[in-house]
Amino acid sequence: MSDTSSTGLHAWLISDSPESRRQARLGQLYRQWLAFKRNPMAVAGLVIIVLLLLIAAFAPLIAPFDPIAQALDKRLLPPSATNWFGTDALGRDIFSRIVYGTRITLVIVLLVVVTVGPFGLLIGAISGYYGGWVDRLLMRITDVFLAFPRLVLALAFVAALGPGIVNAIIAIAITTWPPYARVARAETMVIRNQDYIAAMRLQGASQARIIWKHVVPMCMSSLIVRTTFDMAGIILTAAGLGFLGLGAQPPMPEWGAMISAGREQIFDQWWVATFPGIAICIVALGFNLLGDGLRDVMDAR
Amino acid sequence: MTSEQPLLEIDNLKVDFHTPTGIVRAVRGLSFTLGRERLGIVGESGSGKSMTGRAILDLIPHPGIVSADRMRFRGQDLTAMDKGARRKLRGRHISMVMQDPKFSLNPVETVGSQIAEAYRIHRKAGPREARERSLAMLEQVQIREPARVYDLYPHEVSGGMGQRVMIAMMLIAEPEVLIADEPTSALDVTVQLQILKILDDLVTERGMGLIFISHDLHLVQSFCDRVIVMYGGKVMETLPAAELADPAARSRRHPYTLGLLECLPDLDHPRAKLATLNRDPAWLA
Amino acid sequence: MTAVTQAPTGKAASPGRLGRWGRALSRELTTVVITMFGLLLVTFFIARVIPIDPVLAVVGDNAKPETYEAARIELGLDKPLWQQFAIYIGKVFTGNLGTSVLTSNPVVEDIKRVFPATLELATLGTLIGVLIGVPLGILAAVNQGRWQDQVARVVGLVGYSVPVFWIGLMALLLFYAKLGWVSGPGRISVVWQDIVTTRTGVIMIDAALEGEWEAFWDAFSHLILPALVLGLLSVAYISRMTRSFMITELQQQYVIAARVKGVSETAVIWRHALRNAAVPLFTVIALSYMHLLEGSVLTETIFAWPGLGRYLTNALLNADMNAVLGGTLVVGVVFIAVNLLTDIIGRLADPRVR
Repeated sequence: MSDTSSTGLHAWLISDSPESRRQARLGQLYRQWLAFKRNPMAVAGLVIIVLLLLIAAFAPLIAPFDPIAQALDKRLLPPSATNWFGTDALGRDIFSRIVYGTRITLVIVLLVVVTVGPFGLLIGAISGYYGGWVDRLLMRITDVFLAFPRLVLALAFVAALGPGIVNAIIAIAITTWPPYARVARAETMVIRNQDYIAAMRLQGASQARIIWKHVVPMCMSSLIVRTTFDMAGIILTAAGLGFLGLGAQPPMPEWGAMISAGREQIFDQWWVATFPGIAICIVALGFNLLGDGLRDVMDAR
Repeated sequence: MTSEQPLLEIDNLKVDFHTPTGIVRAVRGLSFTLGRERLGIVGESGSGKSMTGRAILDLIPHPGIVSADRMRFRGQDLTAMDKGARRKLRGRHISMVMQDPKFSLNPVETVGSQIAEAYRIHRKAGPREARERSLAMLEQVQIREPARVYDLYPHEVSGGMGQRVMIAMMLIAEPEVLIADEPTSALDVTVQLQILKILDDLVTERGMGLIFISHDLHLVQSFCDRVIVMYGGKVMETLPAAELADPAARSRRHPYTLGLLECLPDLDHPRAKLATLNRDPAWLA
Repeated sequence: MTAVTQAPTGKAASPGRLGRWGRALSRELTTVVITMFGLLLVTFFIARVIPIDPVLAVVGDNAKPETYEAARIELGLDKPLWQQFAIYIGKVFTGNLGTSVLTSNPVVEDIKRVFPATLELATLGTLIGVLIGVPLGILAAVNQGRWQDQVARVVGLVGYSVPVFWIGLMALLLFYAKLGWVSGPGRISVVWQDIVTTRTGVIMIDAALEGEWEAFWDAFSHLILPALVLGLLSVAYISRMTRSFMITELQQQYVIAARVKGVSETAVIWRHALRNAAVPLFTVIALSYMHLLEGSVLTETIFAWPGLGRYLTNALLNADMNAVLGGTLVVGVVFIAVNLLTDIIGRLADPRVR
């Protein structure tokens, strides 16, 4: 029974003549999913990200120890059956700290993306849609921000605003939006001249409606791809700031700061700095793999 | 035609592309022989005419697979040769003039050095000799100031001149067979005839065999000795070029050939409506 | 490249060339000026938003109100913002970036001293990136979809996913502490410190100029590890871009034409396709060079490399804002300069836009 219903759904989804807008949209998603599934590296990326989300959600259940409470009698223990990744200079279980660290990583990434994505999209869409001096002005501003090396600019902002996770997020966001604006602008310039936009205009649609309902959705797929790739970059930048002591402050179990703490003991107690680094690599790789797979599926226009 | 050994003997040539969605059969069982003559291959785009030329040169791109019962160049078995031996034939014995000189010439090298390169690959020659030969060759394709043109970049020459450069580059090593793949269809009508004239003169003068690939029936009819009509990777028929224009021979023609002829506008017999091609799936069976 | 050897015969044929060049150059320069202005605006803005009171930093917490006011006027802080900005621009253009609180030297002097070390590191890193990345990218493009391509893809993705400061630590742990193949942190061993006279500021060149080969090798064994770490980042980026450019070029008609002529596959790839890919690739290499200048901030911290990156982070951690903003400005200017240079060289290398 379930067999026939699933083939029915399959047929409905891949139908060449969808009867509703919803069916067409779902059908396209389903087709992209089928293509995505064929790429093992992309699926591996997805699995990593899903695992990351699960670990962050169930951190208290997974972590065997408190990530913050110090236990000075258990300082710098090597990896063992109780402390899988060993303990740090304050006797805290590194595995537990890494598990809780997923939450910090996710919060940073999500906050940056949530602020930067819509902002860059809007700037780019307005710039590309109106053209003329609006475009020139906005793109000049974008260029100035692009002319700065991202990390150095973020560092300067954090230096001015003061260290801390919120300021780190603001600094990363300030340095991340320009490429989004660029991508969105390029897409918009292509879309703007399409006939269906002209048709919308003839029907008397307002410009806000055209931008919001037609231009923005068309930019989405390349922006989603871009965002996924960028998440890896954001994680690395945030970890870099944490490593320099300018991001999340102790005792927060931020991975970059954890590596920084292990730096002193790197030659004697290698595990302190090694495991948080591996965690960063895996998560960044997950986003990169996912982005790679999504680009093949969504950007193949 | 002379009774000597033919330049090319092709028997049951097939080109298949294995794609994820199935096998695309670009050429399905093509046979012909080529002597020192001008053989035209006509067909619509996608009929496999270009793939035929590429297959002879061993230049079918990656997922494509070439097979043939027999494929000989002057008695040498091409199917038994390795990649290196096939490469040595290219340019030196079998060459090809391609469609659009705008894209077929390397944009970052001067046209002269590209001609000289073709010469130096096949002859042990120093840079000076290669340059002199290239200048002479440019003169043979009727370029008036060879020394000036030699140092130009492809984007600095016109389409007609680019195609002459192309011909010079492909003929400088004196091959016996030339494949001309739509050599004039990217050019202005005004220069098409000049290019064809140059091509014709060189082919006749050197006693070469020419495979002229085109979609243009008029051109093939006036330019070639024999014509192969292709459709869907198969030969519909082979006929003397003169018969294409001969109304008396119409009844003997294949319906596809007739269809192609019907599609052509004719100034002397204007029609209110041009015929559309009928394609019968049975022809491909 | 070809520009030098090309005979001038064809040049006279297009009289519009000089005008086109001029227009392109003036457009380029306008961009540079505007970007520079924006750069200054941003650093000025950052300096103004600092919660630290610059007057208090000068006069101390317990100063009398009169002293405070006098210092405020002396620093020009009583003037309207736009005047302060004008003064700031004037100072920057006369090479005055203020004095570093940390070193008590003018920031410009400090940067002059530390910059060669960073250039040395970034240059060798880029060199490694090019020497490995370009062949890897070509290999991937030629064998598109096969295992070589997958290997290149994985190398690229890993290079994009590894935090540079962590891989630096791991490299030190493995190659210095465990295997002892290379020297540890720092630029040169203490024995050789100050023995080689500074001429270019690049120790390896200075040592070679003086024939101090032992010092040369000592400097090399310090340099190679951080350079390799930076090189890894560069390899990831350069190999990916090379692959995509080469795939585009290898599909072009002129590549087929070269094969028809009988050009060997090696020459088709390296001489014909790569030369065409070289034009955009050059921009990529310059971009990667700039990324490495940036990556050196973290790498230098790990390897105790006395360059601009470490200078910047030290200043940051000590809230030495003149040094931070000066360093940021210099890096920004280098970015703009490299961009401009790349554009010009790219133009020269491509006969179509020349």
